[in-house]
Amino acid sequence: MSTALTLPARRAAPGVFIALALTLAVGWLVVTIDGGQLFSQPTTVSLLHVAAGLGLVAVGQTVVIIGGSLDLSVAYVVSLSTLVAAEAMAGSNAGLLPGVGLALGVSAAIGFLNGMLVTKARINAFIATVGVGLLLKGYLDNGYDGPAGRTAPVLVQSLGYQRIGPVPVSFLLLLAVAAAIWVVLTRTRFGHHLIAVGGDPQVARLSGVRNDRVLIAAHVLCSLCAGLAGIYLASRLGSGAPRVGTEGLYDLESIAAVVLGGTALAGGSGGVAGTVGGVLLLASIDAILNQLEVDAFVKQVIRGVIIIAAVAVYARRALRKAGS
Amino acid sequence: MQLAERNRLRVRFRPGGLAPILVIFVVLLVLLGTRQPDFLSPPSLMSFLGRSAPLILLAAGQYFVIVAGEFDLSVGSLVTAQVVVAARLIDSDPSRTWPVILLLLAFGAAVGLVNGLITTRLRVSSFITTLGMYLILVGAVYLWSDGAPKGGLSEEFRRFGRRAFEDVFLVGRIPYALLILLAVAALAVLLTRSDFGRTLVAAGGNPRTAELSGVRVRHAKTLAFVLSGLAAAVAAILIGGYSGVSFQAGAGLEFGAITAVVLGGVALGGGRGSVVGAMLGALTLETLFTLMNFYGVSGALRSTVQGAIILLAVAVSAMRSVPAKGIQ
Repeated sequence: MSTALTLPARRAAPGVFIALALTLAVGWLVVTIDGGQLFSQPTTVSLLHVAAGLGLVAVGQTVVIIGGSLDLSVAYVVSLSTLVAAEAMAGSNAGLLPGVGLALGVSAAIGFLNGMLVTKARINAFIATVGVGLLLKGYLDNGYDGPAGRTAPVLVQSLGYQRIGPVPVSFLLLLAVAAAIWVVLTRTRFGHHLIAVGGDPQVARLSGVRNDRVLIAAHVLCSLCAGLAGIYLASRLGSGAPRVGTEGLYDLESIAAVVLGGTALAGGSGGVAGTVGGVLLLASIDAILNQLEVDAFVKQVIRGVIIIAAVAVYARRALRKAGS
Repeated sequence: MQLAERNRLRVRFRPGGLAPILVIFVVLLVLLGTRQPDFLSPPSLMSFLGRSAPLILLAAGQYFVIVAGEFDLSVGSLVTAQVVVAARLIDSDPSRTWPVILLLLAFGAAVGLVNGLITTRLRVSSFITTLGMYLILVGAVYLWSDGAPKGGLSEEFRRFGRRAFEDVFLVGRIPYALLILLAVAALAVLLTRSDFGRTLVAAGGNPRTAELSGVRVRHAKTLAFVLSGLAAAVAAILIGGYSGVSFQAGAGLEFGAITAVVLGGVALGGGRGSVVGAMLGALTLETLFTLMNFYGVSGALRSTVQGAIILLAVAVSAMRSVPAKGIQ
């Protein structure tokens, strides 16, 4: 992954929003011909719910990918976070804050571990996070057969199901988190350092950036976002679910959303706005396929193709840029 | 001169050497022997080797991909797909056994070819390509079989995975799987010594240099994926025979194979390690799992063990390569 020639801080590509508009237009047409309704209230609400869960993970993933790293443990962090939150709450509203705090704390600790492995032990990010993911998978498989714990009812009512018009509170949470990360990336010293580290670690180090600290912080942020997604899912499901993260393919889909949003997999460029666009695009495709009542297995095949195609298109673009 | 000298030294002392894995393997074997002395009797040892054959085959296939600097995460789902496809096509009809076996090999090679072409021509990172392929294969196989495996394997098909030459002098029994494994292993070792094998290591060690020196990196890498797909096909034939048809047939095998390869001292990212090491790594991993079994450790913890092994092995080799990085 040579990144020496990529320009840092490229503007978020509007391409993904054009793709989103096109997808919605074509999707609307096809669904209407099929006799369904794409923009009905229930469809829109469920689309935004899908986007909220995936979006929280993807926004965190954006941070590590911009730093030239990657996190494939997010799916397990999501599952673990639902369980920690739901078990700590044990169905009582009094347990709300401890539950949320504990889930975020555990997530942050995993992020810290990922960061340490990537920076101090100098393990390739893909391997380090797959390794940590396997550790967590063993813990989850060993300890849980099915749902466990119970989410605080007040959380279920608010984050899980409350909405303003067609917009769920959870989607607003996503927008708030995305905005916060956007500020962090574009307006803070940490953000600039992160982009520098992702663009060229050597140059960053020589210009006085503490690469390790920056990357560890990025990994903690990413895991925190995944933990937040877990809390959201716990509020949706009413309990902790040991396989919700892997079944939702949050690891791959979050990376796909980030790539679709124009963030370079090699690091050093991209932004959170594009990622939100990528998430909306994936959620829309999901909604359209649902409306067309496409078989779940076909959907999975399509997801696989989209993920490969998205990265391939990006790779082409990067190649052409490097050539010119 | 100096460089050659250093390389020679590194060949002997590098982390990719066979000594560490041999030591680990022997220690585990001794532990197993003390806990369960029966295990070391020739017939049970032979059965164990036969049972371990699929993972060893997959590790050999994965070796070619990893030494070239890539990953193949699709092998687990490929094994599942192969087993389910075989059951449906054979549909318990013995006469279809051989055509289906040929078809499975072709299918494995084709999946590998697609993985390789997407990775090398479209320049998609191999972990994305092969994870995407994983999704596609799992989705396709569920779709094709309407959510539950259909048909059945013929006895002719299953014998490769579960029959053995019985009453053999000295060793008691020799599973067919073991013979297949030995043949494939010999082939794999020959391949690593060929031009192709050297090209792969060069491509993984430093793709830019390899390309500039006229080596056909893309061809070699694509072929590595094809080999991994073929290995998965052979493994699937053995697994289908041994444990029958299920959607879980290949679950998690991709990480098993990668763990085995790493354990065998092959450097992730490519350029270092031997196929014998990778296969020994798989055998060691199977020994470890058997040991865990004897000590009553839950099978669910296997992935934790694999994760820990991957992290440890890679961390150790990263620590060791610090001086080498410093020189550059």
